Amino acid sequence: MSRIQNAFTRLKAAGQQALIPYITAGDPHPGATVSLMHALVAGGADIIELGVPFTDPSADGPVIQRAAERALAHGVSLRQIITMVAEFRKADSDTPVVLMGYANPVEAMGYEAFAKAASAAGIDGLLTVDLPPEEAIDRVAILKRYGIDPIFLLALTTPPARARAVAELAAGYVYYVSLKGVTGAANLDVGSVATKLAELRQYIPLPIGVGFGIRDAASARAVAAVADAVVIGSRIVQEFEAGESGLAGRLTDFVAGVRSAMNAPRA
Amino acid sequence: MLEYVKPMAANNQPYELPDEHGHFGQFGGIYVAETLIPALDELREEYQRAMKDPAFLAEFEYELKHYVGRPSPLYHARRWSDELGGAQIYLKREDLNHTGAHKINNTIGQALLARRMGKKRVIAETGAGQHGVASATVAARYGLECVVYMGAEDVARQAPNVFRMKLLGASVVAVESGSRTLKDAMNEAMRDWVTNVDSTYYIIGTCAGPHPYPQLVRDFQSVIGEECKVQCAEQIGRQPDAVVACVGGGSNAIGIFYPYIDVPGVRLIGVEAGGNGVETGRHAAPLTSNARPGVLHGQRVNLMQDENGQIVDTHSISAGLDYPGVGPEHCYLNEIGRAEYVAINDDEALTAFHDLCRYEGIIPALESSHALAHGAKMASQMSRDQIIVINLSGRGDKDIPTIARLDGIVL
Ligand SMILES: Cc1ncc(COP(=O)(O)O)c(C=O)c1O
Repeated sequence: MSRIQNAFTRLKAAGQQALIPYITAGDPHPGATVSLMHALVAGGADIIELGVPFTDPSADGPVIQRAAERALAHGVSLRQIITMVAEFRKADSDTPVVLMGYANPVEAMGYEAFAKAASAAGIDGLLTVDLPPEEAIDRVAILKRYGIDPIFLLALTTPPARARAVAELAAGYVYYVSLKGVTGAANLDVGSVATKLAELRQYIPLPIGVGFGIRDAASARAVAAVADAVVIGSRIVQEFEAGESGLAGRLTDFVAGVRSAMNAPRA
Repeated sequence: MLEYVKPMAANNQPYELPDEHGHFGQFGGIYVAETLIPALDELREEYQRAMKDPAFLAEFEYELKHYVGRPSPLYHARRWSDELGGAQIYLKREDLNHTGAHKINNTIGQALLARRMGKKRVIAETGAGQHGVASATVAARYGLECVVYMGAEDVARQAPNVFRMKLLGASVVAVESGSRTLKDAMNEAMRDWVTNVDSTYYIIGTCAGPHPYPQLVRDFQSVIGEECKVQCAEQIGRQPDAVVACVGGGSNAIGIFYPYIDVPGVRLIGVEAGGNGVETGRHAAPLTSNARPGVLHGQRVNLMQDENGQIVDTHSISAGLDYPGVGPEHCYLNEIGRAEYVAINDDEALTAFHDLCRYEGIIPALESSHALAHGAKMASQMSRDQIIVINLSGRGDKDIPTIARLDGIVL
């Protein structure tokens, strides 16, 4: 069983949902990333989405754009990020790590080379936001051959036929984008998320995570009531803008706060 | 009535590209986040309906004639040709269009589509500002709200066009992220679109981006080549030996090339921005520099990038050519060898700029000056009975402050 499957099986048995924080690899500098990943796990992260910075993050809002710029100022590369995960794995063999980013850095490395190196480093999944299922078929086959789960996005506007097409390709979990907009926007409507997830579950047997627009313990708790996983990106990356001093502790505390709100018994 | 006839490739196979997913061979496609897919589906379907709707085509043609002032002349640049002493140079005068460039052909087509789709707000990205002006113009003409994204660096170097857009009622947003040029403006426009997708139509200004944009921009711009074919037959009695056009994203070039793809004996030459020289790395010439294919802005194209797949900064004296990629159909025409691509450096473009001013009394856009410079090079190597058509994609009024600054003159 893959690490991602394991995580969801364990959580399901405990009646819990996964908490998936996002940070950008190499932010604020490459040397910081591995210990910040451990800090997220210490707060109760179940899966880590590790952002691969790209010069042209057209699906991201200003907070994650700035994170990418900070990381790229240090010349962080996909190969380097793979090495970071290998380093992380020395002390954590359980927490799944999913790389999230844009297609071109992976295209440039080549899918075969990427999948091979990523698998050896203990990377569990890959989410490229600008690679929809139409273009993904051959690439997904390579990833799966190396045991890397292809994670796909679904949207408010995704019709059933596309959801079925995604279900055929996806593994691990799927990521439901809960709003129209870029990362970090704040117009999440939990009611509409519930309705859409109920519809998507008819086609998608995998766990469904919800992200974009979740900013605090309360919205995480509300989303956890209807989803299998809660993804928090911009709100966590915002902590990086307050400076590196005390950052690991702040990340642990923030994640722990969200975790306990998600776990608190429901009336 | 304009006719949209599919050309044949040189080998007599019908040239029917792109395929249904927007592929030109290995190039093109739809590489966008899931949130934009339904909007692109809707656009593709509406576009296909529109192109079969005689009323839509008639209105497009009417607007091109009465609002833009088409057909644009095909002008024999006799004095300049004599000076060069070789082939006869003809200029396809897109600079005489309303708003001063070919960009308006496309914005009219897309604004009519936006109106058909019930969108009340249009957004656009712009580099030189010509596409921004053309978008602001049609937004005013059809009563649409208009927001134009422009890299902060371009806002500074194309000040007259920024003011023109504002006069026309558009708001101009200076984009401070990334390299603060055209590609970053396009990123910001995509962010706006994904956020406001219900109310908003995104008018892409060149034959790039996710399917169906490269196709629809080509089709709206191909009026240039259709007219040129008729004018060459009437004025010269034959088709030219070569057609030359500058290539940023490639819309003016594909507009004049497309109807010639199946015409044997007509060389098609796209001129990229060589900046300080392709060998210096400071340029915007992905095809000439053999840039590897990659994915940016919804498309797979030849892309200027580093070994880690990060997009590198480009350089050109002309803001409108300062883009690290090039439309997918040009990548394909380059790969199959039907079109050739070369680069012209900043200083060569400037020389051609001044030559056209002095020999023909025409102030060309700096973008178009790249095509002029290469056309001039070719002409001097050819004989006097040969013919080159250069697409004069725009006029140079917007560039006057840049030229003055280079000459050390404060206006
Ligand atoms: C006059 C002129 N020519 C050419 C271009 C380049 O665009 P394209 O390659 O799409 O024709 C521009 C872009 O701003 C322009 O203003």
